[in-house]
Amino acid sequence: MSTTPQLPPIGKIEQRGVADLLAKGRRIDERKLTDYRELKIETGLIQKADGSAMVHLGKTKVMTGIKIQLGQPFPDTPNQGVLTVNAELVPFASPTFEPGPPSETAIELARVVDRGIRESKAIALDALCVDPGKKVVVVFVDVYVLDHDGNLIDTSAISALAALLTSKMKRYEIKGEEVRTSDELVALPIKSEPVPVTAAKIDGHIIVDPCLEEELVMSSRLTVTTDRDGNICAMQKGGLGTFTDQEVRQAVRTAIEKGKEIREVIRGATVGR
Amino acid sequence: MSKPEIKLIDENGLRVDGRRLDELRPIKMEVGVLDKADGSAYIEHGRNRIIAAVYGPREAHPKHIALADRAVIKCRYHMAPFSVEERKSPAPSRRELELSKVIRESLETSVMSELYPRTSIDIFIEILQSDGGSRCAGITAASLALADAGIPLKEIVAACAVCKVDGKIALDPSDIEDKQGEADLPVAFMPKSGVITLIQMDGSLTEEEFNRALDIGIAACKKINEMQIEALKRKYVSVKEQAEDRHESQEASA
Repeated sequence: MSTTPQLPPIGKIEQRGVADLLAKGRRIDERKLTDYRELKIETGLIQKADGSAMVHLGKTKVMTGIKIQLGQPFPDTPNQGVLTVNAELVPFASPTFEPGPPSETAIELARVVDRGIRESKAIALDALCVDPGKKVVVVFVDVYVLDHDGNLIDTSAISALAALLTSKMKRYEIKGEEVRTSDELVALPIKSEPVPVTAAKIDGHIIVDPCLEEELVMSSRLTVTTDRDGNICAMQKGGLGTFTDQEVRQAVRTAIEKGKEIREVIRGATVGR
Repeated sequence: MSKPEIKLIDENGLRVDGRRLDELRPIKMEVGVLDKADGSAYIEHGRNRIIAAVYGPREAHPKHIALADRAVIKCRYHMAPFSVEERKSPAPSRRELELSKVIRESLETSVMSELYPRTSIDIFIEILQSDGGSRCAGITAASLALADAGIPLKEIVAACAVCKVDGKIALDPSDIEDKQGEADLPVAFMPKSGVITLIQMDGSLTEEEFNRALDIGIAACKKINEMQIEALKRKYVSVKEQAEDRHESQEASA
């Protein structure tokens, strides 16, 4: 059952500190309300993966590895490849993470990343059918959270996208009954770049890219994922607080604008790789 | 989402089930349908058939989950194996785990949990038959069950989804519209406070489409909220009348 989490205790003074600064239009790390932390993307670190990316967003670190294998399609989509997203909160990433079956945080994280990729149709799943109803290409996206300093959703989705954009796969061909693979590698067919922008509400102020200290005092968050064309393809609210409809509309506007900037950074880091 | 196999809107602008774009499916609610639970409610929203029940405030179990300054809220959204076309395994899926979390968060904000420190308030939602928008109907029913359990609430939460079908924004998707539609936007709302307590989206919407969808979603939540209050009155006004009748007959015999 989903249960109210026990949050690490945070002092009233720290809480007021964050909120008082916001009232003056400032943040604890000197960012503006709509500023992201520094975004660094490295790709191809893991040679045994078919694609990989290490993303740093401030002090948050997430690595994604892609594995591409032959497998069976889902019965209701016999002509499409399969996308599987999983997220692992590695126990050393935070003193609050523990080994064991995936927590609801990990499941939500994986599903929000999945939704962005799936709903924007980022991967051309139609092009990943090898033998209809029998053999298709399966794309495993494994998100590894290595250091948690806030905004895991955006960092994870950016690393998943960067890894997908640099993924290479074998060419699969059906010859009679058997599937033949070529040694020649081709790029995984990617049609869109879904980018999430997470906004957090603290004491009535809306900020983007909350760091951990801000997450601990936020009342709620709202993630809006936009695709290459600037359309909204996924959304997720979290936390116990609420949003007015005006705040939601503002978050959407911000997500479209910020999404564009972040998409350019991702393109710059992955083009030609 | 697969390509539309059948037309979801006909030449008269009507939907598969004959509704207009801004029309809700028929909704029936009943409060207090279970004997053992502290609070319960049944909802039929389209072909959704859902029972929600609440236990608590009661002793938190296991004890270490208890919070010193407020009640913990526990929530389980669960689909019966027979609630969908193909039998669903009764083990909770990742989808059900995620929905349990977002539903808990959407209801928790309405509960005055600081009144019951160290206790647990447990919300159970069983989808007996699912028909598109089941998380929303589940929230609508669960909020009634919380009220029926006598738990102080800031407000009753109402929820409804909006979709995009055949390029048009439409209210309250049914099963086929949910599966074949181009977007799904579930919203939970508290009308008096004017705040959104749950919002999710998948599919593809332009900013303009989203803003319109949010408008009609919120308007629908307001309507559903009125029905919720009627449903509560139906139970509690009849209880009050029974009590008064008994009182009168006792006085008459005295």
